[in-house]
Amino acid sequence: MAFQLPELNYKYDALEPYIDAQTMEIHHTKHHSTYTDKLNGAVKGTADEGKSIEDLLKDVSNKSIAIRNNGGGFYNHNFFWEILGPSKGMPSGEFLKAIETAFGSFDAFKVEFANAATTRFGSGWAWLIKQSDGSLTVTSTPNQDNPIMDISVVTGVPLLALDVWEHAYYLKYQNRRPEYIDAFWNVVNWTKVEDNFKRG
Amino acid sequence: MKFELPQLPYAADALEPYISKKTIEYHYGKHHQTYINKLNDLLPGSDFEKCDLDTIVKKGHNGIFNNGAQVWNHTFYFSSLSPNGGGKPKGKIAQLIEDNFGTFEKFQEIFTKAATTLFGSGWVWLVQKDDGSLEVLKASNADNPLRNGHKPLLTIDVWEHAYYLDYQNRRPDYIDGFWKLINWDVVESRL
Repeated sequence: MAFQLPELNYKYDALEPYIDAQTMEIHHTKHHSTYTDKLNGAVKGTADEGKSIEDLLKDVSNKSIAIRNNGGGFYNHNFFWEILGPSKGMPSGEFLKAIETAFGSFDAFKVEFANAATTRFGSGWAWLIKQSDGSLTVTSTPNQDNPIMDISVVTGVPLLALDVWEHAYYLKYQNRRPEYIDAFWNVVNWTKVEDNFKRG
Repeated sequence: MKFELPQLPYAADALEPYISKKTIEYHYGKHHQTYINKLNDLLPGSDFEKCDLDTIVKKGHNGIFNNGAQVWNHTFYFSSLSPNGGGKPKGKIAQLIEDNFGTFEKFQEIFTKAATTLFGSGWVWLVQKDDGSLEVLKASNADNPLRNGHKPLLTIDVWEHAYYLDYQNRRPDYIDGFWKLINWDVVESRL
């Protein structure tokens, strides 16, 4: 079965004023949709047709550049929409402990994550991931690469992600990426992030 | 040495409707200016403190390269454009394009395809190599053909900030507009 563009669990304007409805709509219906279509085009009629997106990306060193770029774009945006939401909440329990162990405090984690997002030059993503030894770390990836790809320098299970392609924020924030990163903290669905931690 | 934002060779609204005044105000006034500011902040105490911009672009690394090359690239890009631009090149550059690509239209097709398909942020360049031949090159992020010993003749910025306010995800429409703005006299003067 072909890859499908997922529906969002909230309306395009649900993240206002932090992420505007126009950005959400174009991001989802144009950018994400294009990655989905191109990914389907890249696997159609090949031995990769029918494989899960995770299986493709974990073995991406053996795949075409079209699968790397569009498969990454498909997966990353699927993931991003899920960790965003109008609900707030905060990290708690074992998850909060793991953050404190890795970064010293929740605030120190936010500083490190924001720094990764700010300093990613060009297009890419910042990530909070759980590594194979169970510890948490912050990393960033160029373009549509991600930490589940076997080609990534730092790999692990993604818990939280921030898209820092300019298309993610340019209509509202233009060159002010740090303001977009600040705003992002208001629309993180920590329930989902914590769920990613428990499953990871 | 302290670098300064060069003057634009036209008014901020001069490239409309292909590139809006708002885009120029951000692209030139904010992005280009920020690369200059960051470069000036990074240079004191570095190996490149007394170097010219070409040397920084050719030999720099990390933040000094990224910001230095982005200063160079944007100055080169903005000076490649003109409200009276577009059309077909004449003279020596036209001849070289025909010699290397067959026809101007074929060159246009190759350059457009490279600009459309460059994944992520970056630049597409028309360069002249040591042997005099022309080539179209894709370059990610801040990369610049001087690092490979090529002579840059023309470039298009395909970072999303170059077109997102005007065209959003429609990069091909921005590239269409770019062809109507190229100052071929300036391109020829770079040979």
